[in-house]
Amino acid sequence: MAYTEEELKKELETKEYEYGFYTDIESDTFPKGLSEEVVIALSKKKEEPEWMTLWRLEAFKGWKEMTEPEWANIHYKKPDFQDISYYSAPNKKPKYESLDQVDPELLDTFKKLGISLDEQKILAGVAVDIVMDSVSVATTFKKTLAEKGIIFCPISEAIKEHPELVKKYIGSIVPPKDNFYAALNSAVFTDGSFCYIPKGVRCPMELSTYFRINQAGTGQFERTLVIADEGSYVSYLEGCTAPSRDENQLHAAVVELIALDDAEIKYSTVQNWYPGNKEGKGGVYNFVTKRGMCERNAKISWTQVETGSAITWKYPSCILKGDNSIGEFYSIAVTNNFQQADTGTKMIHLGKNTKSTIISKGISAGKSQNSYRGLVQVNSRAENARNFSQCDSLLMGNECGAHTFPYIEVKNKSAQIEHEATTSKIGEDQIFYCNQRGIDTEKAIALIVNGFSKEVLNKLPMEFAVEAQKLLEISLEGSVG
Amino acid sequence: MLKIKDLHARVDGKEILKGVNLEVKPGEVHAIMGPNGSGKSTLASVIAGKEEFEMTKGTILYEGEDLDEVSPEERAHKGIFLSFQYPVEIPGVSVTNFMKTAINESRKARGQEDMPANEMLKLIREKSELLDIDRKFLSRSLNEGFSGGEKKRNEIFQMAMLEPKLAILDETDSGLDIDALRIVANGVNKLKSKKNAVILITHYQRLLEYIIPDFVHVIHDGKIVKSGTKELALELEEKGYDWLKKEPVA
Repeated sequence: MAYTEEELKKELETKEYEYGFYTDIESDTFPKGLSEEVVIALSKKKEEPEWMTLWRLEAFKGWKEMTEPEWANIHYKKPDFQDISYYSAPNKKPKYESLDQVDPELLDTFKKLGISLDEQKILAGVAVDIVMDSVSVATTFKKTLAEKGIIFCPISEAIKEHPELVKKYIGSIVPPKDNFYAALNSAVFTDGSFCYIPKGVRCPMELSTYFRINQAGTGQFERTLVIADEGSYVSYLEGCTAPSRDENQLHAAVVELIALDDAEIKYSTVQNWYPGNKEGKGGVYNFVTKRGMCERNAKISWTQVETGSAITWKYPSCILKGDNSIGEFYSIAVTNNFQQADTGTKMIHLGKNTKSTIISKGISAGKSQNSYRGLVQVNSRAENARNFSQCDSLLMGNECGAHTFPYIEVKNKSAQIEHEATTSKIGEDQIFYCNQRGIDTEKAIALIVNGFSKEVLNKLPMEFAVEAQKLLEISLEGSVG
Repeated sequence: MLKIKDLHARVDGKEILKGVNLEVKPGEVHAIMGPNGSGKSTLASVIAGKEEFEMTKGTILYEGEDLDEVSPEERAHKGIFLSFQYPVEIPGVSVTNFMKTAINESRKARGQEDMPANEMLKLIREKSELLDIDRKFLSRSLNEGFSGGEKKRNEIFQMAMLEPKLAILDETDSGLDIDALRIVANGVNKLKSKKNAVILITHYQRLLEYIIPDFVHVIHDGKIVKSGTKELALELEEKGYDWLKKEPVA
């Protein structure tokens, strides 16, 4: 049955003895601990060029001198960074022979989400004996993309095949020493995605289905780099509505987006990492740095649906450097039981006539804490900058919390900033009204929550919006007695 | 259809209903009148199954079944409808979406498939025409920013869509101007049949000029103190409620 953390630990311990550390033999997992040697070994394992190794080492040096941030409205036991293994080869062997062996609870959730049988198999790690439809679909995708000159591959591949692009842009938006978790990620990231859209090209598909299948097992330190060259467009989809039962507790990803002149990037995320059990035990710590840079007339939209993780610490941001550039942030963050989320955005207005929109919807249930934290900064040279922010919180029950921390820094008199905030509670009267029309309490809550989140759900790509809607329902199941 | 016997109910520990007896048969229209605080709305909520209202004594039989252990949504599935005095707002949920969910939940409870989209659209068109409702109205968020009249008309629209066997209209006339009142009353009259029954809860006789009741009951201090035909309503209009308060209970 399910692979437990205990089993993993045991395996790690034995592996250490089996292969030792400095050997070049095919070892699947590094022993625990982080040092310069580990960073070098990791880089070597991934056959990286020297510049990459040096870049990682520089980041590691910075990280050693940094301390974990404490300003967020979250409480947790800090991870022991020497108690983590920083490399584990992707598990190519299927875990199960058939779906019958998979945890029925997991399958039940897949079913509720309406995920196809084939996809269920991949997600659960079941062996697939015939050539699967979705795999061939993935190949077709790749061909279509290649015809347009679009590069879409694992970042480890890009480092080797397209070093000029990676070297130019990696760390240009999120510098290796930007913050504690970004520095850690820069030193030890294992893999992630790389995407380049050439000048004037409109990416013909959502980079989604392909990604969803290939994403499983990317590891805990993910690195994503998306470059949209002048006048290009791409819609990128990250994550998966299927529950991710990862053995790793700490996830520290970095995402960098570059939208050159007249380009547009739409980046959508659905995050559903394991949130821990009802008593608040276990669950993933999700510390993510996401940032995008807009050149002249460029536009970046972040849309996120965050339902998972025990702790979420995440602020997808836009640097509106170019004149007339646009930044958008649409977010739904759901916390239930003992989950804690501190999430929001930063909109940095540097160029003239820059515009930003922030719509944040926080839903708290159980004993969870849900915070919105957002910065709107207007630089002295940013003439006619405009921002509209709306932060709505929905509370369920009496034991959860919703918090809003808006920061506004304006250094130019021509700026127009609007901020609206509301807090509401699902009332017994609303539930009874629905009941009286034949809608049971569970369904009534789903209906009310979906109504509350509609403005953001509408921003998601169609097929994903439906899944996200179901995910919201599942995340809040049993939250009102 | 509905048989209420010696119904006692309380809310927050306070006894509101103190022995209500009422029988409603298919095809009948009953009006329940009474001064403020007499227990009219409590009676409506208890029949619909609102949890805060605790039944302490008596029975409610609906089509021969004791409703005591039946949840509010199951009562709805069985054809009981309550038009709320104060309909709640549900932001972001359109009237259409709300109705679609309500209808399909009832169908599911009866073991039926979801209503096909074309049938749903046909039903919506038919019922909105019946009640003179602009279809643009149906894509607005449920009751959000609705005027008093719009809210009440929306309640009657929902009633028309759900086609209940027993409809309880709780002060549907309050806050309506004369035109809105006429539209609402027309709607109710059009929906009336030999198979279904209506309970009108009202403070004023005005509504009863448009919807003619078969019976009029006066509730006072948690009990029905007088029952009669539509003439009783006119008498009340003339004399007020005070003369009844003094009369001993028969």
